[in-house]
Amino acid sequence: MIPVGRIEDLPEGESLRIEAGDGHAAIAVFHSEGAFYAIDDTCSHQDASLSEGWLEGCYVECPLHAALFDLRSGMPTCLPARKPVRTHAVTVVDGMLYVHPLVPAVQEEAVA
Amino acid sequence: MMRTVTVVGASLAGLHAARGLRDQGYDGRLVIVGEERHRPYDRPPLSKEFLTATGEPDGGLGKLALTDPEDEAELDAEWLLGVRADRLDPASGAVGLADGRTLRTDGVVIATGAAPRTLRATALPGVHTLRTLDDARRLRAELRAAAARVVVIGAGFIGAEVASSCAALGLDVTVVEAAPLPLVPQLGERMAQACASLHAAHGVSLLCGTGVATLRGTDRVTGVELADGRVLPADVVVVGVGVRPVTGWLEGSGLALDDGVLCDEGCATALPGVVAVGDVARLARPGTGGTVRAEHWTSAAEQGAVAARNLLAGATVEPFGALPYFWSDQYGARIQFAGRREPGDTVRIAEGDSDKDAAGGFLAVYERDAIPTAVLAVNRPKPFTRLRRELARGPRLAVR
Repeated sequence: MIPVGRIEDLPEGESLRIEAGDGHAAIAVFHSEGAFYAIDDTCSHQDASLSEGWLEGCYVECPLHAALFDLRSGMPTCLPARKPVRTHAVTVVDGMLYVHPLVPAVQEEAVA
Repeated sequence: MMRTVTVVGASLAGLHAARGLRDQGYDGRLVIVGEERHRPYDRPPLSKEFLTATGEPDGGLGKLALTDPEDEAELDAEWLLGVRADRLDPASGAVGLADGRTLRTDGVVIATGAAPRTLRATALPGVHTLRTLDDARRLRAELRAAAARVVVIGAGFIGAEVASSCAALGLDVTVVEAAPLPLVPQLGERMAQACASLHAAHGVSLLCGTGVATLRGTDRVTGVELADGRVLPADVVVVGVGVRPVTGWLEGSGLALDDGVLCDEGCATALPGVVAVGDVARLARPGTGGTVRAEHWTSAAEQGAVAARNLLAGATVEPFGALPYFWSDQYGARIQFAGRREPGDTVRIAEGDSDKDAAGGFLAVYERDAIPTAVLAVNRPKPFTRLRRELARGPRLAVR
């Protein structure tokens, strides 16, 4: 479990990238429409950071090729991406946001 | 009624056209002809991480593959790879192959792309162009074998990316550009200057305003002699002086050819049942009297669905109107451009300082009469995407 920060430090519509430690790929954390999400930061298609992508509802658009990923499932909704990115569970405890690397997000939103 | 469609060209544009046909319900015979022996793969990494990655690339496509078995099963295509199409005869509905075979077809998607321009006498060992995976494998091997000094001829995006990759490998790199400044037609002078400054900021010499007189060497290249008499010693030379659309096989087909296959705004040629996509396609720009041939990854990917729809409809029912977009990764900087810049557009720097510190990243907006026409970013992906989306739905650009 990795502490991300206070929830007020990740306002609605914002995203950030966190390092997940030895041997783990970086993780992108999003706050969109009242919920927090965490997925692998690197687009499954090519080298681009999804935390720099365009956030719209529960989707993020890859900043390089405009592939859309569903933040809830990690699934791409259109080409050019063909493979999903991994999701990671997010919890909020006493106003602190935590990411649980490699624990897949259940398909319910973590409510702020 | 289309019973057979032949896609000539098995790279990004051809693959997306094939997918477009299936997505739109075409269930007839689908043949994909490719000159390379490989299944479709992604070319952008070839000048970047493919050259710099540690470890040996295996014999396959690896991460470059654009299809997987599931995808190929969905496409349900006959792949004729490692063979070039050398003839199109619309009267008899025939595509001729270089091995003597003839394919009968009702529809044709021309997706033969482009081939690198070369200099005279560039058959010398040690002299490379970079377009295909096999090109990249050869270059990669030579850069690791004996090279210390690399000269890159041409400072366009491919040249700049190769120079950046060579610098990352610790090689001594010089880039030679015939124009006074590279990329002026694409970016305008001020932004071209900003992007050109990335070379020097990373220890790469950029020599502008001088052509190449000849290449030195007998058994293998040893240097590049410039038009002004200077000689640059080189163990490896990479020529990146643009591409030519591959249309030679269409001579005599009746298609109008002029630096590409002339199409209407929906990728349809004047011949019924023949469309063109990607680098080889020159599309009409309605309302301007002009034409445009894009060499962008996104155009190649996005034209396929439009071309497929118009081919199946037997008429142009959908124009291709996507906003031009391209990117380049060099020296750790991500350059992104979107829009339709015209000469004379003014540049407004919205973020950063492009003149003093381009490598630090910036966001530039091109404007005409105070209306944005295009956007250029270095390491500003998020605001770039916002502006790109605004441009894509902007009233000015929506006019067709």
